[in-house]
Amino acid sequence: MSLAVDLASWALILAGSFFTVVGALGLVRMPDIFTRMHAASVTDTVGAGLLVLGMVLQAGISLTALKLAILLGLFFFTGPVVTHALAQTCLHEKIEPLLADDPAAAD
Amino acid sequence: MFIAAAAAILVALSLALARAIWGPSVFDRVLAGNSVGILAILLLAVVGFLTGRPAFLDIALTYGLLNLIGTLAVLKFFRHGDLAYDVEERKG
Repeated sequence: MSLAVDLASWALILAGSFFTVVGALGLVRMPDIFTRMHAASVTDTVGAGLLVLGMVLQAGISLTALKLAILLGLFFFTGPVVTHALAQTCLHEKIEPLLADDPAAAD
Repeated sequence: MFIAAAAAILVALSLALARAIWGPSVFDRVLAGNSVGILAILLLAVVGFLTGRPAFLDIALTYGLLNLIGTLAVLKFFRHGDLAYDVEERKG
């Protein structure tokens, strides 16, 4: 494998690792469920996307790359579905988003 | 390089697990559970590359489909109180 492809895949995997950790950090640090959903979607899209793309470059043109592409498609189609269902259920349960002028949002 | 990715995914996994244990509402736990599932899929793929056994990807794909069904089932149960609830049927 050429050095350029190796370097590109390493950069993609490192960036994907970074965004995965950032999304999980947001999941812990954010104040309410809706902002946590926002943070978790970073892991779902950018983190997973860059990691899988980097692994596709490592795999080359093979069945492994096809399976990784299917995995990426699965993430891209199921992530929004789950987030939408979760937000709808939260609103149905009368959980309101935390607003900036709320006194509870000050901390 | 894959070791660094695996370490980052493990750190993220422990953070998501902390949120799943901490709560406070059940929906936070559902969200954290879904995140744990996605991170487990990524970890499976990375460990497959790390050990040179890409067959792990089949397990990862299966886990991804099960993760979706599980999360939606829990959400449907908490919204309607019944897994067999039919929205179209109740409308008419």
